[in-house]
Amino acid sequence: MNYLSYLLDAAHWSGSQGIPQRLVEHLGYTALTMIIALVVGVPLGAWIGHTGRGGFLAVGLANGLRALPTLGLLILLVTLIGLGITGPLIALVILAVPPILAGTYAGVRNVDTAIVDAARGMGMRGREILFQVELPNALPLIIGGVRSSVLQVISTATIAAYVALGGLGRFIIDGLAIRDFPQMVAGSILVAALAIVADLLLAGLQKLLVSPGLQVAPAAGRRRLRAVPDPRPAAQAA
Amino acid sequence: MTWVLGNLPLIGNLTLQHLVFALIPVAIGLLLAIPLGWLANRTRFGRTVTINVAGLLYTIPSLAFFVLLPAILGTQILDPTNIIVALSVYTLALLVRTVADALSAVPPIVVNSATAMGYKPVRRFLAVELPLSVPVVLAGVRVATVSSISLVTVGATVGFGGLGKMFTDGFQRGITEEVIAGIVVVLVLALVIDGLLLALGRAITPWDRIAAAAGRTR
Repeated sequence: MNYLSYLLDAAHWSGSQGIPQRLVEHLGYTALTMIIALVVGVPLGAWIGHTGRGGFLAVGLANGLRALPTLGLLILLVTLIGLGITGPLIALVILAVPPILAGTYAGVRNVDTAIVDAARGMGMRGREILFQVELPNALPLIIGGVRSSVLQVISTATIAAYVALGGLGRFIIDGLAIRDFPQMVAGSILVAALAIVADLLLAGLQKLLVSPGLQVAPAAGRRRLRAVPDPRPAAQAA
Repeated sequence: MTWVLGNLPLIGNLTLQHLVFALIPVAIGLLLAIPLGWLANRTRFGRTVTINVAGLLYTIPSLAFFVLLPAILGTQILDPTNIIVALSVYTLALLVRTVADALSAVPPIVVNSATAMGYKPVRRFLAVELPLSVPVVLAGVRVATVSSISLVTVGATVGFGGLGKMFTDGFQRGITEEVIAGIVVVLVLALVIDGLLLALGRAITPWDRIAAAAGRTR
């Protein structure tokens, strides 16, 4: 059996059930979810990180989410709300918010206090400190949260095909229903490729957006460490 | 509660099946992660390669992985091997980095003391470096275990067993109570196993408790 036959057949690359259409649906669910999740997660995480109030909530939600079975949440919302986009969309947003919230919170919280104090000493106000100092410095961790959030959403949007949604997961579910294994393989390869490409794009975006001063920091730090006499041999001699 | 009370044996069976699918991969992944993490920790090149490959594997959505493995391994679609291999790979991808980080965090002075006391590399690794990296590795194992318990349910969409069956069955037959019960059992299972791992960690690193107690009295 040729596993790639479905994927390589030109007939499956057009039409309302074709691969491009399913890909657009998958990207659409992901984009819609991410917009809502960013609008909710970033301001809330920044506020928690800036004020220091409710930090346990941000961390606890992100940890607790790992145990929550995505399929169960998806099916529960669909049985409560009914078939359609609303139920799955709510499930996707519930899964997408915590990583962004935790990333933004940790990012803002972990900004060197000396930098924040310096900004305050220069006369910056709370809002200026948040937007011009804390958020730019927190960007690597914020984007880290967004990356795991996007992966979670792409992955769960695949499962959403089980509750009659479109997207690339359709090939897996429909293929299973008619015992068409090449169709399932096609869907799986496309989803895996989509996840990898999305993650690489976000990694590239991180390089573009994060201040160069933050990106060379680890290397410069390592060089500086080597310039300082290593205290270890002395400790060993003692 | 009527559905739950009437189906306790079913829930028990699915839970046992679920535990097998979820925990065997964690054990396999951990066993493979220790030597690979040790290798990754030895050279910068090894570290870069391992962490990038692990990151790539971790990116693959679970349902896609479950379906692709039969094509790669030549197994049947519903062979439990697929789910066990997929989750082992996820665990390995997560833990190889944790093990490398944990080993690099062992204080060099301790390693050097062990060498000076005559420990050969293998015994030093097993008796000194590995035990000292237990707290960090265990934190990784807890994350991997909880994720694994949650991920097994995804397999139910393509017909695998475990507690995910309560979701698909509840959906098809319109029994909301079964879906809710499934979520609760998965969450409780994750919580209980996580607690057991935490207790196990305390038991096998008695020096941590002693150090903490000494720190307090001082």
